[in-house]
Amino acid sequence: MLEWIGLLPAFPLAGFLALVLTRGSLPRRIAGLIGVGSIGLSFLLAALVSIEFLGSGLDSHTQPLWTWMSVGTFTPGFSFYLDGLTVVMLLIISGVGFLIHLYSTGFMADDPGFARFFAYMNLFVASMLVLVLADNLVLLYLGWEGVGLCSYLLIGFWYDNPANGYAARKAFVVTRVGDTSMAIGLFLLFQQLGTLNIQEILTLAPQQWSEGQGMAVAAAALLLGGAVGKSAQLPLQTWLPDAMAGPTPISALIHAATMVTAGVYLIARTHILFELAPSVQLLVAFVGLATLLMAGFTALTQRDIKRILAYSTISQIGYMFLALGVGAWSAAIFHLMTHAFFKALLFLAAGTVILSLHHEHDIFRMGDMRRKLPVAFWSFVIGSAALTALPFTSGFYSKDEILLAALAHPQYGMLLWLGGVLGAFMTALYSFRLVFVVFFGRDNYQEHASHDTHHVSSAIREETGIAMALPLLILGVLSLFGGLIHVPVDAVFAHAGAHEETHPSQLIHTVMILVPIFGVMISYLLYGSRPYEKAGQHLRTQILNSPLGRFLNRFWFSGWGMDALYNFVFVKPFLALAQFNRRDVIDQFYTALAELARISNRALVLTQTGYLRWYAISLVGGLVLVIGIGVWA
Amino acid sequence: MPSIPYEHGLILAAILFVCGLIGVLTRRNIVFVLMSLEIMLNACGLAFVVGSARWGHADGQIMFLMILTLAAAEVAVGLGLIIQMYRRFHTVDISVLSEMKG
Repeated sequence: MLEWIGLLPAFPLAGFLALVLTRGSLPRRIAGLIGVGSIGLSFLLAALVSIEFLGSGLDSHTQPLWTWMSVGTFTPGFSFYLDGLTVVMLLIISGVGFLIHLYSTGFMADDPGFARFFAYMNLFVASMLVLVLADNLVLLYLGWEGVGLCSYLLIGFWYDNPANGYAARKAFVVTRVGDTSMAIGLFLLFQQLGTLNIQEILTLAPQQWSEGQGMAVAAAALLLGGAVGKSAQLPLQTWLPDAMAGPTPISALIHAATMVTAGVYLIARTHILFELAPSVQLLVAFVGLATLLMAGFTALTQRDIKRILAYSTISQIGYMFLALGVGAWSAAIFHLMTHAFFKALLFLAAGTVILSLHHEHDIFRMGDMRRKLPVAFWSFVIGSAALTALPFTSGFYSKDEILLAALAHPQYGMLLWLGGVLGAFMTALYSFRLVFVVFFGRDNYQEHASHDTHHVSSAIREETGIAMALPLLILGVLSLFGGLIHVPVDAVFAHAGAHEETHPSQLIHTVMILVPIFGVMISYLLYGSRPYEKAGQHLRTQILNSPLGRFLNRFWFSGWGMDALYNFVFVKPFLALAQFNRRDVIDQFYTALAELARISNRALVLTQTGYLRWYAISLVGGLVLVIGIGVWA
Repeated sequence: MPSIPYEHGLILAAILFVCGLIGVLTRRNIVFVLMSLEIMLNACGLAFVVGSARWGHADGQIMFLMILTLAAAEVAVGLGLIIQMYRRFHTVDISVLSEMKG
């Protein structure tokens, strides 16, 4: 069974080809069957492979398929590498991917681009599987760019709105910054170590470099650049909120559950490099901390249901980076998994809300939806509970591990822990703000007159077919009980296993349990409570009307002004430069060539008078000239 | 019988050729242009005949026969074109027909 892992990405790729080559001429039923079925087959195979692999007791398995290219000593191959980390990623990608595909058959049912949607989704899953299965960094980079491409295509899926195209371009360009850094990192690694095979790098690096050596730091920092871009961490996080322009299942699959966690996977995969560069590893932790706090505060001020979830994703990936930074590799992967469950659940539930309310995104135009949209309501409650890390949900276990690991950090333990706990408080506040505003309080929903005509009745009907309800159910169960799953990555990070079990005091544990609950309570007071509705509203307006509150609200709402800053620092100067160099210097040469051709054309046209005698006289003149030359020369 | 010096023959040929050329260049009536062309062709023929008489070779006379055939063929085609031109444009003035200018 293990030798079949080459088929894992092959199924979705075949699905993609089938859907693309028929160019949307297949009936929806069949297109959906191909789109979902190919991922289903991949998931089945992944499950079988995982069972066999975990049962076999092997540490790893390499499956070479063929050599990609052979240039001197540089021979990267299509070789797949399987170990505990890969198994986790495979199951998340194909499993959550399958559920989201299934959901999409309901969500996208009326969309004219149905087949195109599934084609891109299949290509995405294929690329993502290549990314996690790759045994060398070149193949990983292929998958890395493949998912970037699919992300671009799917953000701009509804391309007739220019804003979506802009969001797609923004995502593509911003992640390109990180990708460039990563590519340079690969060049450096190859130049220094002579190989790009990941396992060889991980064995060679400690032999060639001592801890903290310049080259090791540079390589780790460059890889971190790539990870930061893909995972939307500071300072390259600005693309992810705008990426919500895509259809909601895309946000669930690509921009929450899988692709954005590729950066976490990359760092975990090359963790030995980061251990060789402690300064960079510490930087990872602080990038994570800064990101999780920044995104948490930003999420608190957003009005768009999907943007709240987007900032929440950035914040949760910040937690994963924090875990990576303190060397808690398996905790990071564990949180990656639970986050994939509950964030996919939240996004899919948000999709149900959005679809049921005819593409309404503003949470303050919703309200009191818990009876009208019961499935979405319960999904949101479960998802938010897990996101908030309320006790005994899946998020509780993973976030607990991360915070304890952060606390155990020798130098900055207390700082990282406090930041993480503050982040957890913010998480509780913004996620239950969302729940209370959307599902409790007064119904502020008004149907827009301009919306599509077949929803004539203004009665809200929850859009839940079996295809949409089943994934929510399964993800809900996983979000609740996913914390009991033990991620089988011990062997992968075995050498780092000297992580001594710390026994923090009872106080620490109590704080970590109580802080989210406290956050939920405050959020209830401000947004949800009926008896204190007046008081809550009063408090809210007071906070918002105080000068500091107003400033912070605007500052956070704009994502800490990062967009404006980048606009000012990069976009504006670039546009000015482009304007200045409108007549491109290099183009001038080619324009001159064209101009020369045009001028000679005009001159030669003059000789074509159309008069017969003119042609005859030039003939004679030429003859006289030639004979003259012949006689006198 | 004293023979005519060949220079005279060649000079005559040259004069005829230039006359024809001037006709081709200056006449506006296409029929006269065609006639001038005939004069030029015959000037060439004369030059060949004179040459063959001078050197006692038959080649020049054969060449003249070829020119004669060519001229006949050319006149047939040329006249046909002139008739077409007259039918279509109701004129035989070549200055009017300058639509092919660049």
